[in-house]
Amino acid sequence: MRDVAVIGIGLTKFGELWDKSFRNLIAEAGSKAILDSGISGKEIDALYVGSMSAGRFIGQEHVGALVADSSGFAHMHIPSIRVESADASGGLAFRQGYFSVASGMNDIVVIGGVEKMTDVIGAEATDTLATSLDQEWEAFFGSTLAGTYAMIATKHMHDYGTTREQLAQVAVKNHANGALNPYAQFKRPISLENVLKAPMEAYPLTMMDCSPVSDGAAALVLCAAEKAKKYTDKPIKIIGSGQASDTLPLHGRKNICIFESTVYAAKMAYKQAGIKPKDVDVVEVHDSYTIGEILAIEDLGFVKKGEGGKAVENKITTFDGEIPVNPSGGLKAKGHPLGATGVAQIAEIVMQLRGEADKRQIKNAKIGLAHNVGGAGATCLVHILEAM
Amino acid sequence: MKNVGIVSYGAYIPKIRIKTEDIAKAWGKDPETISKGLGIIEKSVPTLDQDVATISVEAARAALKRCRINPQDIGAIYVGSESHPYAVKPTGTIVAEAIGATPIIKVADYEFACKAGTAAIQTCMALVKSKMIKYGIAIGSDTSQAAPGDALEYAASAGGAAFIIGGDNIIAKINETCSFTTDTPDFWRREGRKYPAHGGRFTGGPAYFRHIISNAKNLMEKTGTKPEDYNYAIFHQPNGKFPLRVAKMLGFIPEQVKQGLLCPYVGNTYSGATMIGLSSVLDVAKPGERILLASYGSGAGSDAFDITVTDLISELPRNNAPLISDFLNNKEYIDYAVYAKYRDLLYYD
Amino acid sequence: MVNGAVPRFWREIPQRYNLIGNQCGVCKKIFFPPRESCPECRRKSIGKMKDIKLSGKGKLVTYSIIHAAPKNFEGQIPYPIGIIELDEGPRLTAQIVDCKIDDIKIGMKLESTFRKIQQDGYIGAIYYGYKFKPLEDKK
Repeated sequence: MRDVAVIGIGLTKFGELWDKSFRNLIAEAGSKAILDSGISGKEIDALYVGSMSAGRFIGQEHVGALVADSSGFAHMHIPSIRVESADASGGLAFRQGYFSVASGMNDIVVIGGVEKMTDVIGAEATDTLATSLDQEWEAFFGSTLAGTYAMIATKHMHDYGTTREQLAQVAVKNHANGALNPYAQFKRPISLENVLKAPMEAYPLTMMDCSPVSDGAAALVLCAAEKAKKYTDKPIKIIGSGQASDTLPLHGRKNICIFESTVYAAKMAYKQAGIKPKDVDVVEVHDSYTIGEILAIEDLGFVKKGEGGKAVENKITTFDGEIPVNPSGGLKAKGHPLGATGVAQIAEIVMQLRGEADKRQIKNAKIGLAHNVGGAGATCLVHILEAM
Repeated sequence: MKNVGIVSYGAYIPKIRIKTEDIAKAWGKDPETISKGLGIIEKSVPTLDQDVATISVEAARAALKRCRINPQDIGAIYVGSESHPYAVKPTGTIVAEAIGATPIIKVADYEFACKAGTAAIQTCMALVKSKMIKYGIAIGSDTSQAAPGDALEYAASAGGAAFIIGGDNIIAKINETCSFTTDTPDFWRREGRKYPAHGGRFTGGPAYFRHIISNAKNLMEKTGTKPEDYNYAIFHQPNGKFPLRVAKMLGFIPEQVKQGLLCPYVGNTYSGATMIGLSSVLDVAKPGERILLASYGSGAGSDAFDITVTDLISELPRNNAPLISDFLNNKEYIDYAVYAKYRDLLYYD
Repeated sequence: MVNGAVPRFWREIPQRYNLIGNQCGVCKKIFFPPRESCPECRRKSIGKMKDIKLSGKGKLVTYSIIHAAPKNFEGQIPYPIGIIELDEGPRLTAQIVDCKIDDIKIGMKLESTFRKIQQDGYIGAIYYGYKFKPLEDKK
């Protein structure tokens, strides 16, 4: 295994991008990343792209080939691999690309993540999100992804005394952060009241506890670390990668307030990196629902189980808090184009570690962590990066 | 001739109710006039997730809870209804599967307006008597439709009952049954239409009254009985008034009718109506008591039964499943707006 | 429009109608839905998994009230959904019915009831299965 570094990043704006198609988005993000890295197209050994459900959203499978073609690589016959693990597809594509370079099989790969969600109506999007649950034993009975997270929230409130307001504070914080992010879908701060009084999505979660339906794409260029300096002064090294699974339906788990997939993926990544949670300077977590961020900071080891709500209330996770979480605005404010999310999270960490995050820059950020969850925690990816 | 009768029974009435006055108010009618005129205080309403299949399953399961019959010994299931969830595809297969009685079983759905359930009893009786089956389940169940604003809307409700018919361990022996049938178009629903139509006052004299009275008289003639020989009389109940009037015309007194008259509290459960009435009577009946039942189905016909409760009723664990009185007490009211949602009056696709 | 996909639902009728789970012949643990093998006993359990009908009684582990529903459930909103732990051990996800939303409490006792779960539009098939209602003390 050799070291691998991120040498280029590219993002589209996230949001309801009515005039942009799936292929426009991934081509835009990919070319931005390639330009950012300074590589030439001919140097690319493979493409890895994460997309959760192009089949349902745009009626298109065979996404690997589509991405190679729309990015202008079809005539070069570059291998292109589509990866899927619900809304952790982006994180998984990153990990697969990382393996391919670390193994020595490839020197330079481009990682993409993309979703075009707004070509279908809202209820269809709800149905599609629910395919990340157990279709036969959860979704069939009328459960939704929001409903599943809501059931975790109900239980977390019941068992640990987490309050409705603490959940809302996650959204308030992430909107404040998102307001500083030019790529974010929502660039306006919100109040606690805005969250609490919003229409109910799935009790106890309101619409403002939930990440939006978004279009968008993100891309990264990975390179063997030993060759990275040839392209950039600021390569960002991958020092830890972890992935774990759990039961597909939430009801299969002993303790539904723990994402064991996060616990195990984090353990794996921390071990490889040789660090502890307290060594991390900046974190991007999977806050598709506000309760998700509370679980994440607990399961990643930043606070004890059950104390996530308190930690948010005590502002430990804000910009100038002990452990800044989701400076990008998170999925909540930045937007959550499913397949793009895991890749975009890493792009944010790279910006932070390069010191290029502008108004949302975390001071002296040296080590960053990205946490990407599929569905209601049946898949989790944790990546740790460090400035070289 | 071998004995035949009821081995066990079970019923189901949805929990939701709407008051007659709330329906009347929605259409600008005087609530008291309507409620008193029809003799209906409130009616049961199925939620969106309840239909004839779910009601029939619950009723059949309740019947099985009260006896020790192995579902695999049930040789036939006939479900009578005028609101089967499918026009083509039987309700009975769903019931058979849900009670574990498949696959060696005879199944068919019946339709004869409000008397399809009693027709199912007759079929099961014949199959038991001829030894083609050991036990049969006859179900009468409906989530009857009524066009918004139609007079039927005050009555058309939901509920059903299931009777296990057999030749041994009988809690109520069916001594005799007979039917009276003519072609009388008093009420109908055309193929593919959502709501039924009816002949207004024509549904009374030549239809309901003629068929029930003729048939009940024929039955009593066959059995050599008189109204005073019966402890209970159960008549089809499209509203709260007709059964009392027909009883009086036949020489029965209100006390005989009361226990089997549920229409004022649950509305007209169509195919379920006389069968829920019979369930209510069996909930309290004592050995030796005699029951006369006369159903009515538009179109038109009546099935009548002469029934004697046996000693075995005392051994039947009636409390293993909800009694009709439990269903009457366990209720939750909705207003007309929610009713419109539950009854799918706000049709969209 | 009809989605079809009937075989996918038909296959699960024993589970959806009658809560047929299975039990590991080695460690006796009960599963719902049935598993091919026991995740604990693994290869030792192969060929020793036995079908078992579950009682349908259990208690509520957690719940939510769905206000934004999938397409086939839009007419039912708002509706409660919960995770129920059956007396025999397995947990499942189901709707809670015959209970006012304010009366739903973690830990409440529930029992299964037979309901329409969803339908494939107005012309497709109707799918039935279990929902859960408050356990009545008397019965």
